[in-house]
Amino acid sequence: MSKKKSTEEYQKTFAFRFFRWLSGEKDPYSGKVEMHPQKEYQPDPEAALRREKEHDAIMDKVYDTEHNKWLHLFHRLYQATSILFCLFLIALLLVTVSHLPAIGSVARPVNNEVSERYIEKGLEETGAVNIVAGMILDYRAFDTLGESHVLFVATITVLILLRLNKTEKDEADVNDRRFEPKNDAILQLVATFLVPVIIIFGIYIILNGHLGPGGGFSGGAVIGAGLVLYLNAFGFKKTEQFFTEKTYKWICFFSLSFYCLAKSYSFYTGANQLHSVIPKGTPGAILSSGLILPLNIAVGLVVACTIYAFYAMFRKGGF
Amino acid sequence: MTAFQVILMGLLIICAVSVSFSKNLLNAILIYMSFSLVMSMLWICLESPDLAITEAAVGAGITSVLFFVTLKKIHAIDASEPDAEEEKENE
Repeated sequence: MSKKKSTEEYQKTFAFRFFRWLSGEKDPYSGKVEMHPQKEYQPDPEAALRREKEHDAIMDKVYDTEHNKWLHLFHRLYQATSILFCLFLIALLLVTVSHLPAIGSVARPVNNEVSERYIEKGLEETGAVNIVAGMILDYRAFDTLGESHVLFVATITVLILLRLNKTEKDEADVNDRRFEPKNDAILQLVATFLVPVIIIFGIYIILNGHLGPGGGFSGGAVIGAGLVLYLNAFGFKKTEQFFTEKTYKWICFFSLSFYCLAKSYSFYTGANQLHSVIPKGTPGAILSSGLILPLNIAVGLVVACTIYAFYAMFRKGGF
Repeated sequence: MTAFQVILMGLLIICAVSVSFSKNLLNAILIYMSFSLVMSMLWICLESPDLAITEAAVGAGITSVLFFVTLKKIHAIDASEPDAEEEKENE
């Protein structure tokens, strides 16, 4: 049996406030965290006069280099010491470098069991031909998850810092579009040819990350650069058709949570000596190496969107 | 180390020093861009093409574009470039 609450009663509940916040009707922080312009600085003539007097007195008594012998000596000593210190630091660093083990020698600390295992068993355990991809997305996937989160947090911080009011936003928008090259023929023609090639190249780098050089971050950066070029050539109106703040939010949310869940699963099975259901595939095939390919795609999406979002926020403080 | 790599490294040092000595902000960004480009070529010579791709996309592309946008927002490009002001007047 469901009991229907009255509207007034419902409005007092937590659920009502939560859903209102979720749908974006009312932001509880709006109006509380915005920065207000500071009061204009009004110089006080009396204080300025007093400061000038004090400054003169200090210059006369303390910094009178012609008569203050000690100060003169101190300056000389200071210069000599700084030069000596720099020389000492340079010598120290050079001596340290000369004591480093030579390249290729067996005694180097790099030659330990960690890199040995990566090189010898990397292909067998991760299924990735590209050993770097196997390292960063399988052995050390936790670091890469942290990196993606750092990028996401950085965007959010920039979004908070560059936040504008509704009225200010419109002004900035108009202001920005005035300077935008609206119909730059050369730029548009070049972009028509280059943008598809750049984006396809980025997709190739992402999808080929476990087979050759590349991976999520570099491919995502290339796609992001292509999007920025497209935006510069054709303006915000065209890009807003397929990329808005909402798209950015959802893509980042799904990619990061997919990454998190997928890696949690593989950590869980690995730590408990369980058999993982994800097939490794034949090394060298495009659909191989277990989780590395989907993880590369997730990282690439986050990076591409973040780079585009940074540019859009710098341009007009939003999407 | 081949002669080509030595030349690239020399270019890197020249770029790094001239960034700090250039008075014009726009020139500094352009030099910084070329630094990234030379660096990405050097990465290929050092047999790490994945780093080269990232360096070219992020270092030479996006970072400098963001710098350009920032300079435009604080009107640092307009003041140092008489051509841009003329164009605006013509509009």
